[in-house]
Amino acid sequence: MSMKLRHPLQSFLRKGMIPHIWCKGCGNGIILNCFVKALDELNIDLNNVVVVSGIGCIGRISGYTNTDSFHTTHGRSIAFATGVKLAKPELKVAVISGDGDLFAIGGNHFIHAARRNMDIQVICANNFNYGMTGGQHGPTTPLEALAPTTPYGNIEHPFNLVHLAAGSGAVYVARWTVFHVRRLIESIKKALQKEGFSFIEAVTPCTEIYGRYNKMGTAVDMMKWLKEVSEIRHHYEPVKAEITPSKIIVGEFVDIEKPGYNRLLREMIAKAQVKEGEYR
Amino acid sequence: MGLEVLTGTHFWQGDVACAEGAIAAGCRFFAGYPITPATEIAERMAQRLPEVGGVYIQMEDELASLTAVIGASYACVKSMTATSGPGFSLMVENIGLAFMTETPCVIVNIMRGGPSTGQPTMPGQQDVMQAKWGSHGDYEIIALSPSSVQEMFDLTIEAFNLAEKYRIPVIMLADEIVAHMWERVTIPAREAIRIVNRKKPRVPPEKYKPFSPDEDLVPPMACFGEGYRFYATGLTHDETGRPQTLSAAAQQKLVQRLCDKIRRNADKIVKVEKIMLEDAQIAVVAYGITSRGALSAIRKAREQGIKAGLLRLITLWPFPDWQISQIAEQVDAIVVPEMNYGQIVREVERTAKGTPVFFLPKLGEEPHRPSEILDTIKRAR
Repeated sequence: MSMKLRHPLQSFLRKGMIPHIWCKGCGNGIILNCFVKALDELNIDLNNVVVVSGIGCIGRISGYTNTDSFHTTHGRSIAFATGVKLAKPELKVAVISGDGDLFAIGGNHFIHAARRNMDIQVICANNFNYGMTGGQHGPTTPLEALAPTTPYGNIEHPFNLVHLAAGSGAVYVARWTVFHVRRLIESIKKALQKEGFSFIEAVTPCTEIYGRYNKMGTAVDMMKWLKEVSEIRHHYEPVKAEITPSKIIVGEFVDIEKPGYNRLLREMIAKAQVKEGEYR
Repeated sequence: MGLEVLTGTHFWQGDVACAEGAIAAGCRFFAGYPITPATEIAERMAQRLPEVGGVYIQMEDELASLTAVIGASYACVKSMTATSGPGFSLMVENIGLAFMTETPCVIVNIMRGGPSTGQPTMPGQQDVMQAKWGSHGDYEIIALSPSSVQEMFDLTIEAFNLAEKYRIPVIMLADEIVAHMWERVTIPAREAIRIVNRKKPRVPPEKYKPFSPDEDLVPPMACFGEGYRFYATGLTHDETGRPQTLSAAAQQKLVQRLCDKIRRNADKIVKVEKIMLEDAQIAVVAYGITSRGALSAIRKAREQGIKAGLLRLITLWPFPDWQISQIAEQVDAIVVPEMNYGQIVREVERTAKGTPVFFLPKLGEEPHRPSEILDTIKRAR
């Protein structure tokens, strides 16, 4: 029997790029699914979407979405997205990248894009480690966690990403885990329609490395863990929305209105236009 | 709109002429970070780009500046950044990305004194080798060296044209003196300015292979938002853009093509100016501000009965190999003055094939005096 089965979201995936490179049990596929599902539900023309990613496991995602997309150098996805957005403001420009890429090597670009209220959507796949290079600790690794570079336990305090995003000026900030598929899709939809800089943190299990180092069990065990330790607290103060091994505060923390960079830029350009003959 | 090309005669600073050259070439996006002695380019762009509907943005650092420029170029807006040595050091990461993803863009480096913070307000020609070799991996680059304010305008247009034609980052490698001095600049009528735009795909999106080259080794370039929905990556990739991280054949094919598209076209790209070289026995090879002192020196030498000539390098990369070899066969010696401790002189020695090369380094505040170059010409006789 030869029956060709077609995934309902297949048209959202780039031909010839699947299968993906991600390990079994990794949550990145769920993030990809949620992202394209959000595009589907919003009925956005894929010709108007640009997906930008940096380096790391999730960095491959821009290759998988059937959109214009770019895989930048490590940490530079937000800077690239800024250039695209300002050159062609009619495009929806989404950055999907990892915690190390966006908040260690790319941290400066993140806080400044948020400060400028650049009209881009940033989704961070937070798996608590540098998966692609073998699980070294990073800017979101919890205290005491084990990694090849923290064999005696991590002594660095991790970033609270939602607090960082809110403090830097993001107009929309949410955190979910890949267990919260429906809520994550709704958040992505909201972010894609926001004027200005929006940020979504998607906590995702790295079963093969982080999970293994920290004895967190199988992929199913890690998904159960995400379910059990998550606590939904909408509008919670981002500073209090911490992540520890025993509690992950999730929800929508910021949803405010503020003029986006692009609107202010176009107003400024309109003001600067001078008629021929008026020039000094 | 007459504001795009300010046709007429102006008394301008080099940095201003550079900015105006960019706008005349069609540049509508500038991302930069303040740095002496290139800030005047950013300031002029901040004022002028909005007037012509373009975008100026000040980024958080030079890493972001060049990356934003690459992003704007992928959205089909001609784009540029400007910096100096310390900022250029940060940009080399994404010069590699621009080369690998075949991004047309222009990077202006107004060279000051290095290494490190060095002498921010003083001139130098110390970044010549960094421009060629700064980023990791094998790559080719185009670098131009203006020696007057007029050339700051003219060569910036040329830089954009070369970037568009070959889909490559082009570097304007100017020194602080050329960038800060004021001279007369003549801007031609808009119609008299030759503008090159990148090749567009001639096939529908479903047949488009973003990195499949034409015979000239340059692939046509679609823009983001045109329905081609293509993917570009800094990873080694095949003609469809798909990563090929394990295939030796893919690595060889891609890196060779990317380098060869410049190497094979070097004759078309390279520009030099030959002055009084026909009967010369001593040739001075110089570029940028140094070439002006050298011109004065060869004139003085001629007055004293020494047959000296000047080969002024307008293109530094790809290096004018055969132009040097040709001169080397003719002359008894070559004199190379430059504002560093030995960079282009190595290339001259490599291509001069045995003809004696006399090096005249200079570090610090002032450019070479004609008398210093003349003394070396006499020593080389």
